[in-house]
Amino acid sequence: MESPVLKVENFCAAFGEHNVLKDISLEVTRNKLTAMMGPSGCGKTTLVRCINRMHELVPNATVSGKMLLQNEDLYAMNPILARRKIGMVFQRPNPFPTMNIYDNVIAGYKLNGIKMRKGDLDAIVEGSLRKAALWAEVKDVLYRKGTFLSGGQQQRLCIARALAMKPEIILLDEPTSALDPKATSHIEELMIELKETVTILLVTHNIAQAARTSDFTAFIYLGELVEFGPTQKLFTVPEDKRTEEYLTGKFG
Amino acid sequence: MQQDRFRFRLYKDRLFKAAVILLSFSSALPLLFILFYIFKNGIAVINWQFLTNLPKPVGETGGGISNAIVGTGMLLGVSCVLAIPLGICAGIYLSEHKEGRLSYLVRLCVEILQGIPSIVIGIIAYVWIVMPLRTFSAVSGGIALAIMMLPVIVRSAEETLKLIPESLKEASLALGVPYYKTILKVVLPAGLSGVVTGIILSIARVAGETAPLLFTAFGNPFMNLNLFKPVNSLPLLVFNYAASPYPEWHALAWGASLVLAVFVLALNVFAKVITRKWKVQF
Amino acid sequence: MADVLNAAKHKEKTKQWQFDSFDTPESIFRAILYGSALCMVLLLAGIFVTLVIESFPAIKAFGLKFLLSKTWNPVTEEFGALPFLIGTVITSFMALGISLPFSLSLSVYLGEYAAEDFLSSMLRSAIELLAGIPSVIYGFWGLFIMVPVVRYIEIKLGVTPYGVGMLTSSLILAIMIIPYSASLGREVIRLVPTELKEAAYSLGATRFEVIRRVILPYVVSGITAGNILALGRAIGETMAVTMVIGNSNFIPRSIFAPANTMASVIANEFTEATSTLYLSSLVEIGLLLFMVTLVINIIGKQIIKKMSVQV
Repeated sequence: MESPVLKVENFCAAFGEHNVLKDISLEVTRNKLTAMMGPSGCGKTTLVRCINRMHELVPNATVSGKMLLQNEDLYAMNPILARRKIGMVFQRPNPFPTMNIYDNVIAGYKLNGIKMRKGDLDAIVEGSLRKAALWAEVKDVLYRKGTFLSGGQQQRLCIARALAMKPEIILLDEPTSALDPKATSHIEELMIELKETVTILLVTHNIAQAARTSDFTAFIYLGELVEFGPTQKLFTVPEDKRTEEYLTGKFG
Repeated sequence: MQQDRFRFRLYKDRLFKAAVILLSFSSALPLLFILFYIFKNGIAVINWQFLTNLPKPVGETGGGISNAIVGTGMLLGVSCVLAIPLGICAGIYLSEHKEGRLSYLVRLCVEILQGIPSIVIGIIAYVWIVMPLRTFSAVSGGIALAIMMLPVIVRSAEETLKLIPESLKEASLALGVPYYKTILKVVLPAGLSGVVTGIILSIARVAGETAPLLFTAFGNPFMNLNLFKPVNSLPLLVFNYAASPYPEWHALAWGASLVLAVFVLALNVFAKVITRKWKVQF
Repeated sequence: MADVLNAAKHKEKTKQWQFDSFDTPESIFRAILYGSALCMVLLLAGIFVTLVIESFPAIKAFGLKFLLSKTWNPVTEEFGALPFLIGTVITSFMALGISLPFSLSLSVYLGEYAAEDFLSSMLRSAIELLAGIPSVIYGFWGLFIMVPVVRYIEIKLGVTPYGVGMLTSSLILAIMIIPYSASLGREVIRLVPTELKEAAYSLGATRFEVIRRVILPYVVSGITAGNILALGRAIGETMAVTMVIGNSNFIPRSIFAPANTMASVIANEFTEATSTLYLSSLVEIGLLLFMVTLVINIIGKQIIKKMSVQV
């Protein structure tokens, strides 16, 4: 059993006095999709933002516990390096409006001033856009600004942008909640395809989405990890009563 | 009775509307008058000689305003170099620190600075630069103008950058881009149209200012390219020539007014165009 | 609660990281931003301190008499600012009074009658342009076009036909400040809730009555604030006034008489001030000007702030 890509141990996070995450421990397996679900405000977005160290940008934010990425302590390294190893896709698609599609994909390299040969960059752009199932649609308009794309296409562009950095893990924070149903199903298909080669941690408040796409599921409620396990098992024979109530729609 | 009362009320209503419309549109009349006279008197004087010659002494023909045009350029150059970087940085600070004691204080100071009469700014530049240097100079005039440009630039930079969604910053930070690069390469370019518009409008505001230049740049009948010597400018020329008793100089003043007015109006139009064309949609 | 203790320990560590992770370019950048913001404060403080220090000789020599004495004599070095205070007050308030019907009409027309059509946006652009014309051009135009007109009127009225004087200045000032109070007035009128107006219309009120009884009372503080700010503008206005006010250092005997305002006397005499006391007196007038406009702007902005809280 190989070691997990991401290991969270006894992790707590707070905004000042307000404890948002209480003693979370879980593992994210390589090349599998792990979903985190739970009602709004339960702390799943906070957990994800702690992984790529965005949480600490808020004043008064504190954390404790351990997060290991490939056995390296995420909190012992320079946060900028940490963020480069982790890809993130946000709720609302946010391509950079002043850059064209090509530059958006390699934005991580461009903005960081990482110099590469044009040929290498071209390869990265094509590779990432293919993986994000967007290449066919934009290959002729790579040098146009991305704002004319539809919501779903913009989100896939953001996924390509994250993939281009070749991260150890990709965090998707409710990536379809701002999209229409058709675009949503495209993204879900994409995720199912991607997880063969990319480790994905998906945050969603859509139970059905978690069931459809994930291999492992974590149920978070009021900042606590209530239950975590293989999706099949959690959805059919949940161990915790709260999980069962959530799945049957009693709250959330 | 009721009918009469009602008709009286309708009559008052119509009278009021007529009065409002009359007064409103008459407010625009001075604009038409001013533009008309500037154009009529100015266009008669403007030719290539006018724009390239130096002012001639009274009695000689062919005087021009070249030194004033160059002087205005020098003054605006100095003020832009000083005010633009400082103003944008302060604006970025304010947009990034929405709360906080310093932010509150800075915003207050910027508001107060904007309201200071321009002649007082002239006094300040005199005491700070002219007195120590013991000479009038383009530099002192430029500094006075820079002080007047700052509040406009700071305000417009702050307002523009505040409108940029947080998600853009987060997208950049999540890619591991350091904070300062995020601001300079992502946030600022996204807000460029608003910032540039603010800069252009501040230039339009100070291009026509005379009071702060009266005892800083002071004016110069000759061409001067030395930043540390007195320099002429379009508004100064208009002021000096208008008040003189010589009709030739009055004519020059009309011409200079036309050039100045066209310049300022063109800047205003340019600012509007930029806002429309460069504005980044989210 | 072990996690709370751990959280506290990590709090220090987290804060430390926020600075560790930033290498030199980052901290330089933050320092530049901070410094630029600080510059604004230092600039204003510097301006105030400079004005006070340079006025000090005059303050020491004349004290409060400066505000009450009407003698302004560079030869005997007796300086009193009363003529200029009077000149400023009269021209500014007259300008405000003259501008009021026009700016109110503009606010009502652009805010209520014709908020969105082509003609009104043309009018709005025209008023904006009016605000953009440099002050010296107003003065120039005023000197050559308005002064003869006023002179003609004065002849008809049988007063000394100076042409220049406080009345002419007030007229030009009025034109210059209309855009400021009009645009603020328009903003507040547009913000009046539609429900309020509809309630009045449904009771059978005419448009005039709705404006008079519902809209105007609602926006009174906004209009007042706009006019206070316009007054501040008028007080600080220099060039247009200097060119048409006639430059007399005596207390004006009528509105037709020439005079000087605080701003215009500085503009006229600063470069001729040979002695320290002379210069210092002019700077003290500048200090007065600074403080008066400061107070007026603060009052105006405070009213606006209180209004937005209420709304």
